[in-house]
Amino acid sequence: MKTLRAFWLRPELRRKMKFQREADPEWAKHVAARPGCEGLFSCLQCGTCSGTCPLSIYMDFAPRRIIALVREGFREDALSCQTIWLCASCYACAVHCPRQIHITDVMYSLKREAVQHKLYPRRFPIPVLAQEFYKIVSRSGRSAEFWLVLRMALRTNPFQLFTMIGTGWQLIRTGRLKLGRERIEGVHQLQRELADKEVA
Amino acid sequence: MTPPVYGYYPGCSVRGTGAAYEESLLTLFRLLDLPLEELKDWNCCGATSYMCIDEEQAFLLSARNLALARQAGLKEVVAPCSACYLGLRKTQDYTERYPEIARKVRHALAAANLPSLDSVKVRHPLEVLFADVKPEQIRSKVVRHWRGGRVACYYGCQLVRPFAEADRAHDPTRMDDLLRAVGVPTVDYALKTKCCGGALTGTIHGVGVRLNYILLKEAARKGAEAIATACPLCQYNLDAYQAEIRREAGEVMDMPILYFTQILGWALGGDAKALGLGRAISGRRFITEWFPKHPEAVEKYV
Repeated sequence: MKTLRAFWLRPELRRKMKFQREADPEWAKHVAARPGCEGLFSCLQCGTCSGTCPLSIYMDFAPRRIIALVREGFREDALSCQTIWLCASCYACAVHCPRQIHITDVMYSLKREAVQHKLYPRRFPIPVLAQEFYKIVSRSGRSAEFWLVLRMALRTNPFQLFTMIGTGWQLIRTGRLKLGRERIEGVHQLQRELADKEVA
Repeated sequence: MTPPVYGYYPGCSVRGTGAAYEESLLTLFRLLDLPLEELKDWNCCGATSYMCIDEEQAFLLSARNLALARQAGLKEVVAPCSACYLGLRKTQDYTERYPEIARKVRHALAAANLPSLDSVKVRHPLEVLFADVKPEQIRSKVVRHWRGGRVACYYGCQLVRPFAEADRAHDPTRMDDLLRAVGVPTVDYALKTKCCGGALTGTIHGVGVRLNYILLKEAARKGAEAIATACPLCQYNLDAYQAEIRREAGEVMDMPILYFTQILGWALGGDAKALGLGRAISGRRFITEWFPKHPEAVEKYV
């Protein structure tokens, strides 16, 4: 995607208007068929979601525009934006939506497709965190906060570790930072379950 | 009549940054004579971050926990972390609504020699204390006066959202009711279900801290001197970055962020150490003042 460069680079000039030939209506139908995304085409474009979203002021496309982009079929824009990753899945939009669209689940669905096709913004910390979380949990069955943050920082911007020292010290002082990594006993059972062919 | 045995699903957070939540929850349930039985060998619930990579596998993670509860013969599971609570309930909701997902989950569970997916009720401590124990009964067991200031009840987002039954989505009041029952004055806090940013304070730090700044500032404006939370992530976010907010926004802000279980446990005669009150980062001077190590002769309340 040429128009949306990674966040630390200066963006190129960007055409805001979309051309019809860039749209893929088939993809929109495909998305709407996924579990949780059924309500996509009943959206009124009222903007309640963007209004309630606590993070919409940081988004490149607020939730209402994401829904509009998806149902017209602008796949690349919808998958490579930062918006879907900024969504902290607080479900405020889903609760307030007058059409009961599960907007958070639509966001999840887009995140997964973006990861699958490697379309997420490069070195953006949130998808990196999600991937590391996935790895740690698949391997040991439980998450380990310290290792998770460490690996995320090393893969995005190692210098940010210096800014975390203060918080880390506070957590150590109050006995809240656990350095060990827990591994569940049934980790093989879990992996057998996760590797089931029906799912994969 | 013997009280029901609740299964207990701690979740990864309460074993790390949220240690005080587990300590206070276990103490509180012991004081109320409610048995909690921890699920044996539980795993991650497949929360937010896992769901971003693979949804069906996230459901499988939750399904294994529910199957373990079933195996142990437990009918109800208490999940104190809001993200775990939502993750487990979302799995149940999706397997009920989508037969295709249910089929896959059942197949995978069978492949791992786990019992099939049967109904186990997932509950949040807030719901258990409000609906099963009832505020009046908690009130009758109070042994200590509240010495602190007014408290803003912050429910957080995932606790009250679509798959949850813990409270009303738009205007939850159960935590306020519980705290008032033990004599704690609460304030009207409009941002009680606004998001704290979850993992954002770790990933895009500035954005996450700003969300928490708004929450703290509004609580202070309403006259609250502390915030009560029901989720380890909310507590961590509101607690850990107050020094940074003081430095960058030039605010006078030093507010203790407590778990509602700590406040209830204290009122019911729990020990400050057993309630994990020493684990707070912000507002420590208030905490030592409100929850003294050696409280004077216990007086009967009400």
